[in-house]
Amino acid sequence: MHQKTVAEVSAALHAGEISSRELTDALLHRIEQFDPGLNSLITVTAEQARAAADAADARLRSGEAGPLTGVPLIHKDIFCTDGVATTCGSRMLESFQAPYDATVVRRLADAGAVMLGKANMDEFAMGSSNETSYFGPVRNPWDLDAVPGGSSGGSAAAVAARLAPAATGTDTGGSIRQPAALSGICGLKPTYGRVSRYGMVAFASSLDQAGPFARTAEDLALLLGGMAGLDERDSTSVDHVVPDYSESLNRSIKGLRIGVPREFFGEGLDADVRSRVEGALQVLEGEGAELVEVQLPNMELALPAYYVIAPAEASSNLARYDGVRFGHRCAQPQDLEDLYKRSRAEGFGDEVQRRILVGTYALSAGYYDAYYRKAQQVRRLVSEDFRQALEQVDVLAGPTSPTPAFGLGERADDPVQMYLSDIYTLGVNLAGLPGLSVPAGFSRGRPVGLQLIGGYFDEARLLNVGHKYQQVTDWHKQVPEGFE
Amino acid sequence: MAIEAEEVQQIAHLARIRIDEEAVSGYARDLNGILEFVEQMGSVDTDGVEPMAHPWDAVQRLRPDEVTEPNRRDHYQSGAPAVEAGLYLVPRVVE
Repeated sequence: MHQKTVAEVSAALHAGEISSRELTDALLHRIEQFDPGLNSLITVTAEQARAAADAADARLRSGEAGPLTGVPLIHKDIFCTDGVATTCGSRMLESFQAPYDATVVRRLADAGAVMLGKANMDEFAMGSSNETSYFGPVRNPWDLDAVPGGSSGGSAAAVAARLAPAATGTDTGGSIRQPAALSGICGLKPTYGRVSRYGMVAFASSLDQAGPFARTAEDLALLLGGMAGLDERDSTSVDHVVPDYSESLNRSIKGLRIGVPREFFGEGLDADVRSRVEGALQVLEGEGAELVEVQLPNMELALPAYYVIAPAEASSNLARYDGVRFGHRCAQPQDLEDLYKRSRAEGFGDEVQRRILVGTYALSAGYYDAYYRKAQQVRRLVSEDFRQALEQVDVLAGPTSPTPAFGLGERADDPVQMYLSDIYTLGVNLAGLPGLSVPAGFSRGRPVGLQLIGGYFDEARLLNVGHKYQQVTDWHKQVPEGFE
Repeated sequence: MAIEAEEVQQIAHLARIRIDEEAVSGYARDLNGILEFVEQMGSVDTDGVEPMAHPWDAVQRLRPDEVTEPNRRDHYQSGAPAVEAGLYLVPRVVE
């Protein structure tokens, strides 16, 4: 039962072959059995899940069910959940209970989806390995000595381990696509503004975007349909029609022009990853797509620009954690300044503090032009590169991450080495474009992802290409040993 | 422009984060590493390039100035570290 995809679960529920309650109980049991070895969840919401499953079963019986009714899923612990802990992977929010639901959580619950729990993540989504979580690292189901990627590492590991058919995540610089690639599943970062950010703990507000994880592009289409759309409560959410993403999945990709950016295959790309991604491109060519070499000349500047812009926005967003209104407060503060400084020093981990300091510095008087303004100008150049490339082709394709999953602890001491893991993903966030990662093979037992990048609001096309690829490959059907 | 230990403390003060003396050199090393890395941006000429703050340079959407939320102060304050009579408590600011 746990091997079923969202689409298969949905069909079985509608056919009355299984009930949501049976499925929910089975997955909760699986979580109990396997999660102690993975640490993919921070909170398990068993009681609420059973109640939601029973309600979904009633809806299914009454014939008022949609495609997600009764489908179990896991939310990244960055999404606020009314009455359930929302930690964001931080000691700062260890005992925080949001007084409301995030729009993503509300919409999926209204559609009848069943929340099994909240997924582990890098603290405040700052990390590429899930090692910055206050609640401990997550292990990669494909290799327990490897990281699952990050920041949505718990979401990715849980779906890969078949603890749930789907999960939500957020992607500020690659935090959905990179863990999807490293954990051998699918992940979609939608266009900036496509999915509401309301109730999603803010990291870098001009880059943050929520999206789904699942094992197939077909499933992502169902999930995105349940998440996307205008939300009056998020001033950056966009009023743009939400198409039926499932409708175009089977469209032929004959004649589709796929741009292959030269810069995605340069120095730093692991030889195995290169060969798997090239293999995937040949498969797409075999399906009738045309490969066209394109250029993104400013691509190598995306990483430095990102590591100014994201920390700068974070330093401003995280100013709200002051030990006064909610979150961690130090014991016996001597005065107000001591209250702020010690609450923040105790509540935030090293990487979060590092980024707040970098961001504070980049925004401080005398350095603003050299760092922040410069980074925003580079952002324009990177974005222009994508615009020009996407004028010549329909989608872009390349590796999601330059290497397969690295070992736990391997890069923990060098922040810049860690940042390189997102070198192919964060340009997409700077430009605000949608990006998809699909499994494209393995290197020494660890998964490799193919990244597809589209024009604004072109998620349907990305899912179409991903689906066609998965129709003729079976990487996504592989199961990590021990999780059969 | 290398950051010295003293400057780390000044930045930490601006960010209202207490950093222990023994951790300062580690932060200085990390920050310098990151800043050295972002200096790469200097290799491209951005004269006349309009800074980009948002994917499509959108501005804030406005809504009618109407009350849309009920008063839920008690509920919102239920997670606060210290409150009294609807007020958040902090150490004495004015003697």
